[in-house]
Amino acid sequence: MRHSDAAVLETRELTAFYGDFQALYGITFVLNEGETVAVIGANGAGKSTFLKAVAGLLPRPASAVRLDGRDIGALPAFEIVKLGLALVPEGRRLFPSLSVEENLLVGAYGRHLNGPWTLAAVYRLFPMLRERRHAPSTALSGGQQQMVAIGRSLMSNPRILLCDELSLGLAPIVIRDIYAALADIKTRGTSVVLVEQDLAHAMSVADRAYCFQEGRVSLTGRPQDLTRDAIHAAYFGL
Amino acid sequence: MLGWIDTLLQGVLLGGLYSLYATGLSVIFGIMRLVNLAHGDLIVLGAFLMLAASAAGVPIVLAFAVVVPLMFVIGYALQSVLLNRALGRNILPPLLITFGLSIIVQNGLLETFSADTRRLNVGTLESASLPLGGSIAVGLMPLICLASAVGVIVLLNGVFYRTALGRAFRATSDDVEIAQLMGINNKSIYAVTMGIALAVCAIAGFFLGARANFDPSIGPARLLYAFEAVIIGGLGSLWGTLAGGIVVGVAQTIGAHINPEWQILSGHVAFLIVLVIRPRGLFPRAVD
Repeated sequence: MRHSDAAVLETRELTAFYGDFQALYGITFVLNEGETVAVIGANGAGKSTFLKAVAGLLPRPASAVRLDGRDIGALPAFEIVKLGLALVPEGRRLFPSLSVEENLLVGAYGRHLNGPWTLAAVYRLFPMLRERRHAPSTALSGGQQQMVAIGRSLMSNPRILLCDELSLGLAPIVIRDIYAALADIKTRGTSVVLVEQDLAHAMSVADRAYCFQEGRVSLTGRPQDLTRDAIHAAYFGL
Repeated sequence: MLGWIDTLLQGVLLGGLYSLYATGLSVIFGIMRLVNLAHGDLIVLGAFLMLAASAAGVPIVLAFAVVVPLMFVIGYALQSVLLNRALGRNILPPLLITFGLSIIVQNGLLETFSADTRRLNVGTLESASLPLGGSIAVGLMPLICLASAVGVIVLLNGVFYRTALGRAFRATSDDVEIAQLMGINNKSIYAVTMGIALAVCAIAGFFLGARANFDPSIGPARLLYAFEAVIIGGLGSLWGTLAGGIVVGVAQTIGAHINPEWQILSGHVAFLIVLVIRPRGLFPRAVD
């Protein structure tokens, strides 16, 4: 297996199971420094499972995930975030009994890395959160909740940000704002893995894309090199 | 009339003791959704540890100061070594383990200390009282007990709502998977939680032993009062737990005032009435 020097995150033959059910069949994946990589695919293709396995929420082979060339497959999730990898989970998953600001602060609980992200920096990125900082997180709109979820993950100063379905259930205008913020985040040198159902959005921001199908990589390449037919085939296996 | 005021007052003071029984249970359930069936026996264990220290010639205040942190350590170890392994999606294994633990603690105490009834000797404090005018007086010890219950709750709420560690506790309680993504080691949070709960058990054990007789078999009844206080108060609120303890305490003293045989029964009846009227308790947490 070729080892890429520029890779900040790499998986090799990554497998993952839910009980007896195998969800990932050997995913080999590379994320280079400063890159944005989209992971696309149909429902149930294993995209979210892939992110969870990388972040340490699912058991996986010890040497299947490397961060900066270091095996992290045996580390629990709470150790991995300290190494600079954060996951924005699908469906936001804010802490309902914490206020907006407490949600952001808890994101810095395990912070071991210095970096640009502080409470003030997150409020500069999402000014409307500052006004609502004492509100219960459940009182926010879906778009605002997504902003809190992103801000919460940034508070650990990650170098790698995994985003799971940022646009899910949001209005187009809100999605535009979220993606504008993502562009801002990238300028601080953060590498991003983007799992998306919304193909157009994912392809417009990604440097490269992986298409998953039934737990395997069915297609990979730069968005401009992938034809509509190739993506269609990789999506559905037709 | 004065008799009823007195009864009410004694009930509130008794409620202080019950809420001390219940606070640890409330914290454990609130943060890890674990029902600790050994809770009452661990309170009795705290009382016996102080008794043992006291019998060895250690002044009771010092015994208290040693046993409370010791129980924290026991709780921390119990959770990390035993209970963390059993926590998961299924709530039955931890429940069974604490049930077994309850039996082990009871029989361990029986072996070590025999079935004799004991009492902690707190000197003149035991019978000291504060006259409130008229024919009403309150015992100093029960008053200290209620003040301790309030103090423990103020302290715990301060930790839970004003510190970074407290945020981690509440985040873990809300969503343990996402909490780990924030760098929170949920198992160490759980161990600290059990430590805190057992330290409060030790405090409760002190007032149990200073107020009344105890022997190794009385744990399960303490657990029952604690449960009732937690459920009456509403899950997830420590002030609710205090209110719940006071409801049980007042119901018991009123029952006893009418007919001494009704003391225990009327506490349970009050519990049932609250459950019928407000199934989620008096002060349920907004979410969950």
